[in-house]
Amino acid sequence: MIDREWLPEGVERCSFGKFAVWLAIIGVVFAWGLYATYRIFANGLIETNLDNYFGFGLWITFDLAVIALGAGAFFSGFLKYIVGIEELKNIINLAVIVGFICYSGTMLILTLDIGQPLRAWFGYWHPNVHSMLTEVIFCITCYCMVLIIEYIPIILENRKLNQNKFIHNLAHNFHVFMPLFAGIGTFLSTFHQGSLGGMYGVLFGRPFAYREGFFIWPWTFFLFVASAIASGPAFTMLIATLMEKITGRKLVSYETKALMGKIAGSLLCFYLFFKFLDTWYWATDTLPRMGLTFDQMFNDVYGKWLLWAELGLCGVIPAILLVVPKFRNIPFLLYTAAILDCIGIVINRFVFTVQTIAFPVMPFDKWYSYVPNWAEWATTFEILAYGALVLSLSYRYLPVFPQEKELN
Amino acid sequence: MEAIEFKVKWGMVINIDKCTGCGACMVACQAENNIAPMVDGSDKRMTLTWMLVYELSNGKPFPEHDIAYLPRPCMQCGKPSCSTVCPVIATTKDEEGGIVSQIYPRCIGCRYCMAACPYHSRYFNWYDPKWPAGMEKTLNISTSVRPRGVVEKCTFCHHRFMYAKEKARYNGEDPMDLPEDAYIPACAEICPTGAIVFGNLNNPEHKVAKLAKSKYAFRLLERLGTDPQVYYYSEREWVRRQGDNYLPHEKTKGE
Repeated sequence: MIDREWLPEGVERCSFGKFAVWLAIIGVVFAWGLYATYRIFANGLIETNLDNYFGFGLWITFDLAVIALGAGAFFSGFLKYIVGIEELKNIINLAVIVGFICYSGTMLILTLDIGQPLRAWFGYWHPNVHSMLTEVIFCITCYCMVLIIEYIPIILENRKLNQNKFIHNLAHNFHVFMPLFAGIGTFLSTFHQGSLGGMYGVLFGRPFAYREGFFIWPWTFFLFVASAIASGPAFTMLIATLMEKITGRKLVSYETKALMGKIAGSLLCFYLFFKFLDTWYWATDTLPRMGLTFDQMFNDVYGKWLLWAELGLCGVIPAILLVVPKFRNIPFLLYTAAILDCIGIVINRFVFTVQTIAFPVMPFDKWYSYVPNWAEWATTFEILAYGALVLSLSYRYLPVFPQEKELN
Repeated sequence: MEAIEFKVKWGMVINIDKCTGCGACMVACQAENNIAPMVDGSDKRMTLTWMLVYELSNGKPFPEHDIAYLPRPCMQCGKPSCSTVCPVIATTKDEEGGIVSQIYPRCIGCRYCMAACPYHSRYFNWYDPKWPAGMEKTLNISTSVRPRGVVEKCTFCHHRFMYAKEKARYNGEDPMDLPEDAYIPACAEICPTGAIVFGNLNNPEHKVAKLAKSKYAFRLLERLGTDPQVYYYSEREWVRRQGDNYLPHEKTKGE
């Protein structure tokens, strides 16, 4: 293998040729997305299926979903470095990398999503302190920087790089300060996860999304934080499992995975309790005050099935499977529950993004539906390919999984 | 965010019973505000219509069938759902007169304001604005042309307000106490049936101030708390009922 000396010590990796073929497959998907990116930058958003009714669509749903699923990074960091759950050291590196991919991917998508990409910096230069989106812009940027700082020491631990004395010491010093960054990350991440929910909750002109709340924060602020930490650890665990299936090697012990499942399950129960309360209050109090009923919020396309799927099939069921040790200790049930948990949160972000604006608030208006076109899908897959690329390179060249040697 | 109380509050009262749905207001608005010809005018979800006439129906079969037309400009809400959410202060409500501004060179095109506005009064520039050769001579020099990728909306022909204030100053009059017809938007000026009345809602001498107090006056989606500066008027109960969302047992406003 031509890259042997760059590989982590004591672990096996596939041949460089095989790895190159894998990268080529990722490259094809990435190139498809890059072509769509070029067309969008060149011709504008007319290349998408967004319109004056659906100003938000697949991209915003994707952004919100991956930010929620990327919450595994900050929450695992919080639990390991601040609370002190040592077992999470087996998966914390992966959580950081997944978080980095999710946040940097989101920022890339956002540059496409705004109509004037060259004005993207206006968010920092002309901030509106009353806008939840301003808070999101600042926090996501800052937290992305924190994730870069957390990712750097993992990169510096590459066998070849680490032979350099300066790099070795630098990596060590980064580790020393990691609890500090974990704390900063927790603070930033909590606020922007919340503000993403707040973005919808404050829309008092949109009855589907509008929620009252505490002080300046609508209830969605807190619910988005809770749902993110209820799904992020499950997503990180699923990525580890997916990597095990692809590489054919054991990377994380089942105990650690089950622990991640337990954390996600407990938080999912916590989240669902308040989500049910919130939904009930919204349906029986908030909506009637606006002259609307719960039934009016749904139509044939955006039906109640979405709500029951979100809260029942992808809410209560995974919560039970994850908190009961008997179920959690069966791999099939653990993985199924984790997948359902993640799907539930994606549905939640989807309905808040799309159904909110699909509902006709003016009584004489009508429901419209939205279907993303190829350009939106291609760019979304571009980010997924980017994620696969970062993960593949990290797995091959960096000591991501401390347990890998002993498990194989 | 606290709503600002203005000394002058420009507003409209649109008499739906007088509106014939001719669409002259839409045409006048497009010409006055330099809205480029549509690439595909049949795709109503992509077109820019600062003023849009909706057709309302009572949903009953003949002979009880009845229709109405509802012209919808920007409501210039007293408590705008759009300006508070804009991350870059590209839309504000802070000028005397109470018109919600849209600052095109500042807008980043995130479309959050569009998601926030329940009236669909905000439009995104999906295309580069292009006029067929020769038609650029029809452009209004008082209104800027917007680039692709920014949001725009009705401004109550704000440039006419600026002009009226300038004229008042020139004549030694108070620009903050304009007479009734010194400033009116293009839609109100062109309406052949006089369905659109425009003026200062805070000036009791202006017609709008009186009409807005009528028991048949209502505002779109008033219950949401947006506090619009556009009022509608109809003596038909079913029209007023479509102005807001009501639970089945609730009485229509003005009954």
